[in-house]
Amino acid sequence: MHRFAKPSVFLKFTAPILPWLSVLTVILIAAGLYFSLIGSPVDYQQGHTVRIMYIHVPAAWMGLFCYVGMAICGAMSLIWKHPLADICARATAPVGATFTALCLITGSLWGEPMWGTWWVWDARLTSMLILLFLYLGYMALVNAFDDPERGSKAGSALALVGAVNVPIVKFSVDWWNTLHQPASIVRMDGPAVDPSMQLPLALMILGFTCYYFVVLILRVRLELNERRIRALHLSGMFEDSETPASAKEQAYEAGHNVEAKQ
Amino acid sequence: MSEFFSMGGYGGYIWASYGVTALAMIILLIATLRGLRSSRIEREQLEAVLQSRRPRRTKKTQQAS
Amino acid sequence: MNGFLAILQRDLRLALRQGADSVMVVAFFIVTTTLFPFGVGPEVNILARIASGVIWVSALLAAMLSLERVFQTDYEDGTLELLTTSPVSLELLILGKVLAHWLTTGLPLIIAAPLMAVMLNMDQDGFATLMIAMLLGTPALSLIGAIGAALILGARRGGVLVSLLVLPLYIPVLIFGAGAVEAALLGISAIAQLQIMGAILLLTLAAAPFATSHAVRQAME
Repeated sequence: MHRFAKPSVFLKFTAPILPWLSVLTVILIAAGLYFSLIGSPVDYQQGHTVRIMYIHVPAAWMGLFCYVGMAICGAMSLIWKHPLADICARATAPVGATFTALCLITGSLWGEPMWGTWWVWDARLTSMLILLFLYLGYMALVNAFDDPERGSKAGSALALVGAVNVPIVKFSVDWWNTLHQPASIVRMDGPAVDPSMQLPLALMILGFTCYYFVVLILRVRLELNERRIRALHLSGMFEDSETPASAKEQAYEAGHNVEAKQ
Repeated sequence: MSEFFSMGGYGGYIWASYGVTALAMIILLIATLRGLRSSRIEREQLEAVLQSRRPRRTKKTQQAS
Repeated sequence: MNGFLAILQRDLRLALRQGADSVMVVAFFIVTTTLFPFGVGPEVNILARIASGVIWVSALLAAMLSLERVFQTDYEDGTLELLTTSPVSLELLILGKVLAHWLTTGLPLIIAAPLMAVMLNMDQDGFATLMIAMLLGTPALSLIGAIGAALILGARRGGVLVSLLVLPLYIPVLIFGAGAVEAALLGISAIAQLQIMGAILLLTLAAAPFATSHAVRQAME
């Protein structure tokens, strides 16, 4: 794994992958959309609204998948000191948070026609809501430090702590939910999934996953660029004695905004 | 065709779901691409300056980095 | 052991010198709990129904407000850095600090809780369970809170941020704490909930000092 520790190796490795992955993403999602909207049957109970499940469930899956990914990256960063790990965690967070939010929104849009309510405190939705808070906390923490690397490291610790907490939260919320049993049993993943419904579901899940990896690679590149830019500013480019003092100062100010804040 | 859009009366909810999702995923992608582009341009600019200075100042930049 | 006791004594002495801090925590707890009747109306049945939840949420918030105190001042005057270089293990020192925090925050809350339960017209059956549950829960809150307090050292707007970080982690304690009291109010045994709270306490007791010391060392870099 440490082979990919050098940014240049990461960039070289992912450069050929990226276009293929992007094409795969488009194909999978397009096929998924076709089967979700057209090529799959109407549910005998829920009618067309079951089609929302083809987004809601993959989004929920991605929300969890990304968080687990962040936790693993956190572990790799803190325990094995892999240099790219905290970048990957940081790059993953917005994607995971977006999918979790989408899960909640589509859950509401599914709940209103089906169970007559925009929000319901069922175990799965409630756990997803808490997961969203964990994401927001993570993103707030990594951006709260003037030194981005300190932020990434703190974030990795938080991701690990949060990950330990996720099963506990899931267990607590399940327990809490069964205790306060709502009037009607809400099942946010619809009825037992019929084979004809499995295909669009699988396509969308795979499509979303490929989308995630595409965005991940792009965001890691972005982060690597930013690190390089910071390193360049710090490399003493502005020690030039031939530059007049005022111009040097201006460049210093512009380049060292981050450090000057501390 | 209208059956496709109305989705048995639930069209509003279904299309809102798909629409919000598509919107969010596209915005995320575009924001990432734009950020990547501007960071790449900035990096290349800085590296160009560094390159142009290097011949005259080999000793000092080597010391500094 | 000496280091543990030394830091415990020191933090307690500092906290008691600033007696206002503990009093403020309890005062906040009381005020927050009192807000609910204004919000939901004074009808006795409703208040009795929501009493355990309200008390727990208020206790959570009150515990959270005082978290900054655990590390911030020591971080700012350099004491924390000295502690990290001490021969005594950092985890033990952190446990000492957390114990001091609990003694000056959690314990007063436990003492104030029955008063609030009376005001919210909670049934007598729930009182004992409430105290026991809070006895098991508040130390866990201090331990988890310490992790958050350490993570935000040197961050901007640390005070608000620590709330966002720590509240989701508090939710299991809240669920089982309030659940224990509700079970008691229904006349059912709350032993299962209390056992789970005990388990959570043991888990945090084992894990939190390490997570916190890691975060503290990160802050020192």
